[in-house]
Amino acid sequence: MNIKKQFKEGLITNNPVLVQLIGMCATMAITTTLFNGVGMGLSVLIILTCCNVVVAAIRKIIPNEIRLAIFVVVIAGFVTIVDLLLQAFVPALSEALGVFIPLIVVNCIIIGRAEAFCQKNTVAASFFDGIFQGLGYTVVLIIMCLIRELLGFGTIGGGLIDAAKGLTLDGTGSGIAVFGANYQGAMILTMPFGGFLTLGVLIAVMQYALKKSADKKAKKEAEK
Amino acid sequence: MTTDASIITIALTAILINNFIFSQFLGCCPFLGCSSKVDTAIGMGLAVTFVMGLASAICYIVDIYILVPLNLQFLETLAFILIIASLVQFVEMFLKKAIPSLYSALGIYLPLITTNCAVLGVVLLNVQYGFNFIQSTLYGVFGGLGFLVAIVLFASVRERIDHAEYPECFEGFPICLVSAALLALAFMGFSGMKIPL
Repeated sequence: MNIKKQFKEGLITNNPVLVQLIGMCATMAITTTLFNGVGMGLSVLIILTCCNVVVAAIRKIIPNEIRLAIFVVVIAGFVTIVDLLLQAFVPALSEALGVFIPLIVVNCIIIGRAEAFCQKNTVAASFFDGIFQGLGYTVVLIIMCLIRELLGFGTIGGGLIDAAKGLTLDGTGSGIAVFGANYQGAMILTMPFGGFLTLGVLIAVMQYALKKSADKKAKKEAEK
Repeated sequence: MTTDASIITIALTAILINNFIFSQFLGCCPFLGCSSKVDTAIGMGLAVTFVMGLASAICYIVDIYILVPLNLQFLETLAFILIIASLVQFVEMFLKKAIPSLYSALGIYLPLITTNCAVLGVVLLNVQYGFNFIQSTLYGVFGGLGFLVAIVLFASVRERIDHAEYPECFEGFPICLVSAALLALAFMGFSGMKIPL
């Protein structure tokens, strides 16, 4: 298992959201501004990497029957740490994401990686798996945010970038208005409807792209 | 707040206005995973309702009588997920002994409830809203009923999708998400009747 392959798996061929189809609740719920998306993505990335390393490190000493309970305790520990850190240092993000930060505990991505990957692999491999799977998740969140925010509010980088102040971390940035100040916005896309629809279309595009590349490969092999 | 009016408020809010799936995105994984048939959807919905009600009641007691007096609120997430996990295990054993027919009907869905974010979500929301014991339990039960309504409606839609024509790349999950989006749109109609909690 080399790093390059893991990188490609995490971001594209085995992307947690678009291909494994896990961890979708938060993906649809919080992707209304770039601020939320980046914050959630990075939180999951950090928690996932830490959990992966710990689970891989103790994989040989935990009894098989109660492994899930142990995973959950490890995950809940790290989630609590991140939750408290966010409350202390980025309260705006903690407020915006609300209940979805503690809910990372039951995010299938983390327990899924622990069960499917870290149990059988070394600490180093699990570390990179955590980073790349986390990155894959973050990238999907950012794409979702960009689409929903651009069409819904007509801005880019809401909360994170302010037109006057530049980069901000207090969640007050107004974002860069793309369509001018008079754009009314398709508010419907920032509502739950938009969450389901955007993710559905994204997964469809991903399936289309993966199928295209598989067809190409098959064609090339047939020519040989 | 334990009058009849507030019970109706909580019920309407949890089932229609703030439906766990369609407006809060809690419990989407089992919602999409266990909704290919109406029968399994009903089973899953009932099991989730039961566990949500029970979890709300027990977590409330643990929170108020153990965590808060000891100033351990920061352990809420950890404590709640452990309670839910053991609760699900307990319900599984109880059903196996007492009502084997229901147990076999629910099958593998029972253990899956542990990772249903609607269950942990409702417990955390109860703490956030500052509900008392009765309100917490009711919110759990009605939240579960909202989940049941959503998953049964969606399963009925999906049985129809099997016979529909749609672009090939939408096969599987994407078409389900798009139909869920339309259902969410329908549920948005209820958001007009906002009742403050």
